[in-house]
Amino acid sequence: MFEKALVGTKRYFGVLGFLLLLSGIGFFIYLRQLDFGLGITGMSRDVSWGFYIAQFTYLVGVAASAVMVVLPLYLHNYKAFGRIAILGEFLAVSAVSMCLLFIIVDLGKPSRLFNVLLHPTPNSVLFWDMIVLNGYLFLNIVCGWTVLQAERNEVPPPNWLKPFIYIAIPWAPSIHTVTAFLYAGLPGRGYWLTAIMAPRFLSSAFAAGPALLVLLCLLVRKYTKFDPGREQIQTLAKIVTYAILINVFFFFCEVFTVFYSQIPDHMLHFQYLFAGLEGKGKLVPLMWVSIVGMTITAILLIIPSVRKNETTLAVACAAVVVTTWIDKGMGLITGGFVPNPFEGVTEYFPTMPEALITLGVWAIGFLILTMLYKIAVSIKEEIRA
Amino acid sequence: MSISRRDFLRIAGFSTLFGLGAKSAFEMLAPGELEAKLAPNPKALTAKRWAMVVDMRKLDEQTAEKCIEACHRIHNVPDFEDPIDPKDKVDPAEKVRWEVKWIWKEKYEHAFPGQAEVAIPEKIHKLNFLLLCNHCDNPPCVRVCPTKATWKRDDGVVMMDQHRCIGCRYCMAACPYGARSFNWRNPRPFIKSEDESYPTREIGVVEKCTLCAERLAKGQLPACVEASKGALTVGDLNDAKSKVRELLRNNFTIRRKTQLGSNPQVYYIV
Repeated sequence: MFEKALVGTKRYFGVLGFLLLLSGIGFFIYLRQLDFGLGITGMSRDVSWGFYIAQFTYLVGVAASAVMVVLPLYLHNYKAFGRIAILGEFLAVSAVSMCLLFIIVDLGKPSRLFNVLLHPTPNSVLFWDMIVLNGYLFLNIVCGWTVLQAERNEVPPPNWLKPFIYIAIPWAPSIHTVTAFLYAGLPGRGYWLTAIMAPRFLSSAFAAGPALLVLLCLLVRKYTKFDPGREQIQTLAKIVTYAILINVFFFFCEVFTVFYSQIPDHMLHFQYLFAGLEGKGKLVPLMWVSIVGMTITAILLIIPSVRKNETTLAVACAAVVVTTWIDKGMGLITGGFVPNPFEGVTEYFPTMPEALITLGVWAIGFLILTMLYKIAVSIKEEIRA
Repeated sequence: MSISRRDFLRIAGFSTLFGLGAKSAFEMLAPGELEAKLAPNPKALTAKRWAMVVDMRKLDEQTAEKCIEACHRIHNVPDFEDPIDPKDKVDPAEKVRWEVKWIWKEKYEHAFPGQAEVAIPEKIHKLNFLLLCNHCDNPPCVRVCPTKATWKRDDGVVMMDQHRCIGCRYCMAACPYGARSFNWRNPRPFIKSEDESYPTREIGVVEKCTLCAERLAKGQLPACVEASKGALTVGDLNDAKSKVRELLRNNFTIRRKTQLGSNPQVYYIV
């Protein structure tokens, strides 16, 4: 089947070329990071994780959201999603690949990566994160690829696949739960020390992932002969709506506990993000755009006519992707580190090299996504012909 | 029997995966034995549970500086404001970001945030508290490290192996005391007089105070304690007759962020 990724229109190769160029630039700058050290980023002694880990966190969510397509299909026998399950699974494959790359570019000593296997440490959440992420990548490749192959040969998927499909369903929330536990168990970081961290991660994931999938479905319909289907897109839209509503609700639950209790260790981080501390507040405008935008989008999505019109739906989905990205990709990590353990404020903002390396990893992810979608769509077109 | 190229690659791939997994599983279930055993130096200073008492009544500004200087000199801690080649000097913002420190000064409200009482004596506000790794009894950094590059010894010293560290910086997120530093760039151009008895670090690893484990092993007190003119004391918390126990018995002491349950082992007499 892979041969399908190697043929295509000029536009297809144009896209691949563009993504290759971006990833090439990222790789070149990454070589510089290897040489100089992570000092070329904006990270510091006080804000010791930054953009890379934030992208990783966001993308774990996108990856986990494949379950929102697979679960209705296999547990509720919602046949309509059979048409787009492969799009969800391949999105998960590319998202997890990006996650792993973001971890690697964030390591100070990537050459020692395998120390995690050589000296396995079950008391570290990072150890479990490695297991669940690699396991999830494996499950999605196996499930996606085998089902697609069966579809191509017009036979039902083999029986041995069933356990893998059923394991993949609880595995999906597990990756994002474990990722939340990376942060939610650290005693000195008030912003992250909340039991609602994992539920919040899941709600924003199940909004952002399906929203991205809606956009991808619309693109696939526009540029290929395969139509993912109106019903499918509408069902995804409902999932996005409920998930983003729950996400906004969870956010306000958090705000209530933090500000009604008035415990400074927890409040100061919110104050930094939404009002600024000691006159410093680089992220304040972004955070307001995120929460106000997210709330308005959630309310708009409840209105059936907004959801049913695919143009307004696309705009709303884009808004969900962007606002959840600001929340997790910008606010979450920096907000946890500011103020620092001495209640001092050291700000963080990604530098140009850091942004270009990040863009490079995203480009590699979209390169994988484009090629996998090309394979899937070619096979769907072939069956229909 | 013939085997297709495709099947061969499949089998080879899976075998490799299982092989790697099996190695880790064995390590976890049946950890390997230590291959060599070294006899300890008979002069070594030992304790059941190391602890430190900082007597702020005796710690003046100059003494604090001397403690910091002694520690950073013998451990090859870089000074980004004083490079070997003056061209390498970094700007103040970069210094804040890249700074490496094992022991340093901090005002009361920063050392003990959230405990800033309204009517505290003026002199307390003026004090410069010496901060360092607390060698916690329940260290969050050790809990999170994915490679055991940082671990707690039986005698309570929280150690750091800079040669195993992968630079994930999870320990820095976990430490509630800001005691850990990362090598954001090569520290060597910023070490003017290198002490060859202690390793310099590479790019991309975390480091921190190890209570001068290398000196204790030779029977010497930690460098900061030696330079402190009696303001700093280390000793065995488990020994009721030790100097630290005597100080704790006769003075009211405070510790940093005890509410977090990490059980820090640096006590301050104010």
